[in-house]
Amino acid sequence: MNTIWSLAKVVVLEMVRRKDFYVLFILTVLLTGTAGSVNLFNDRSIVRYLKEICLLLIWLSSLVMAITCTARQIPMEREQRTIFPLLAKPVTRGQFLLGKFLGCWLAVGMALAVFYFFFGLVSASREQQWPVLNYLQAAWLHWVMLGVVVAFTLLGSIVFAAPSSNGTICFVVSAGILLLGRHLNKVALGLPQPWQSLLYGSYFVIPHLELFDVRELIIHNWELIPWGMVGLATLYAAAYAAAFLLAAIWVFRRRPLN
Amino acid sequence: MEPTVATENLRVEYRSRELGLATKVAVQGLSLTVAPGEVFGFLGPNGAGKTSTMNVLLGFVPPSSGAARIFGVDVREPIARQRIGYLPEQTYYYKFLTAEELLHFYAGIFQIPPAERSARVDQVLKLVELDHARKRQLKTYSKGMQQRAGLAQALINNPDLLILDEPTSGLDPIGRMKVREIIQRLKDEGKTVFFSSHELGEVETICDRVAILHQGELKAEGRVADLVAQHAASLEQVFLKLVGYQPQP
Repeated sequence: MNTIWSLAKVVVLEMVRRKDFYVLFILTVLLTGTAGSVNLFNDRSIVRYLKEICLLLIWLSSLVMAITCTARQIPMEREQRTIFPLLAKPVTRGQFLLGKFLGCWLAVGMALAVFYFFFGLVSASREQQWPVLNYLQAAWLHWVMLGVVVAFTLLGSIVFAAPSSNGTICFVVSAGILLLGRHLNKVALGLPQPWQSLLYGSYFVIPHLELFDVRELIIHNWELIPWGMVGLATLYAAAYAAAFLLAAIWVFRRRPLN
Repeated sequence: MEPTVATENLRVEYRSRELGLATKVAVQGLSLTVAPGEVFGFLGPNGAGKTSTMNVLLGFVPPSSGAARIFGVDVREPIARQRIGYLPEQTYYYKFLTAEELLHFYAGIFQIPPAERSARVDQVLKLVELDHARKRQLKTYSKGMQQRAGLAQALINNPDLLILDEPTSGLDPIGRMKVREIIQRLKDEGKTVFFSSHELGEVETICDRVAILHQGELKAEGRVADLVAQHAASLEQVFLKLVGYQPQP
């Protein structure tokens, strides 16, 4: 575990020093701040729309950050050959991948915490209330969902050589699941065989990332989701992340490093 | 006594992914041993199979056949690398880290207890004369300094075996001298050093024994003095003769 933790710390440090996070944060602050300061027609319900837009921005920023940062990890290690002195030490390839996963996931989690905190401040200043537990549940499920995205992007970075193609594929797949995942079974019913079975099967195989999108909880200040359900959702995401990581380790162990 | 490094009939092949291209044999039938405390020079022209052999010893590439062991442990086992220090030819390190951070990172990988970590980092930084620049990011270092930072990371675990891939390549004469002095100091401490180099004068000065590889095959192995006496020529002439170099008339 010490080895994985050491590797993860370097990934976090790299992200902090590369400044990608600051760019996204400043962009989100500017957009959120501007949206938060607008007071259209003195309509209080407009705050809800603004919250919706700001949360969408946070979701987009976090997806971009998680995918781009993870997609470049392995190809960059190979291109800059930093992987050689590292794997010349008593580090297994599995530990190497788990360290990369943990580092990317932690870095994205830190960024999410900052984003949600800032967003909470802006909306609390407009609504004079801050339902902290709602924010906590929404941010937690968001972060857990990003764990699945980071894991399959890591797998993609071993399968596809170029970080740009891997990034694009992972972004399209994530966005596709978030937007269409819940409708795949209904779409399948309207298709001829074998496409119907194929699409219906994929409905049960894909990770349903849309389950973790509980932005409404914050937008409408809805009641909290039962904590048991949050726990189950966390287990669901952990199972998918573990499956993607195992596949990544299996593929990576078979690759020569020359 | 158990040899520090041993290969037996080692063969390394690279299969081409393109149809119609033959498999490339990088190393064939290589059997050699390196005894504890020896400085062993691994010589050969470019493409001779030196790096492929090192890649096998470091576990980057599995042998196609034959065996390779370090301290009696199969090189495919990660534990075989616990007592190794490796310096690659180029400076392949995280350039956004400072020398101190890099060394703490690698010390963590070797599970050096936190209480000993700082003392060990101080010790190797002093050894490679980078103590004054420890807080600077590696990207601000000159090539010579980066190479010495590389040597520091190779020494962080106080290894019993050092594998150095052309450690003085691209360095100025002072940088070379410093690296050479460090190797000499390690030899005096009883460490085993396995290194590849094209600098035959350097090899002649430092090495106890050498192996000369050409087109993946071992052409000669033995003490430098014995090879020189046997061929009645300098090490450079012996090397050129064994790799089949024909001077232009």
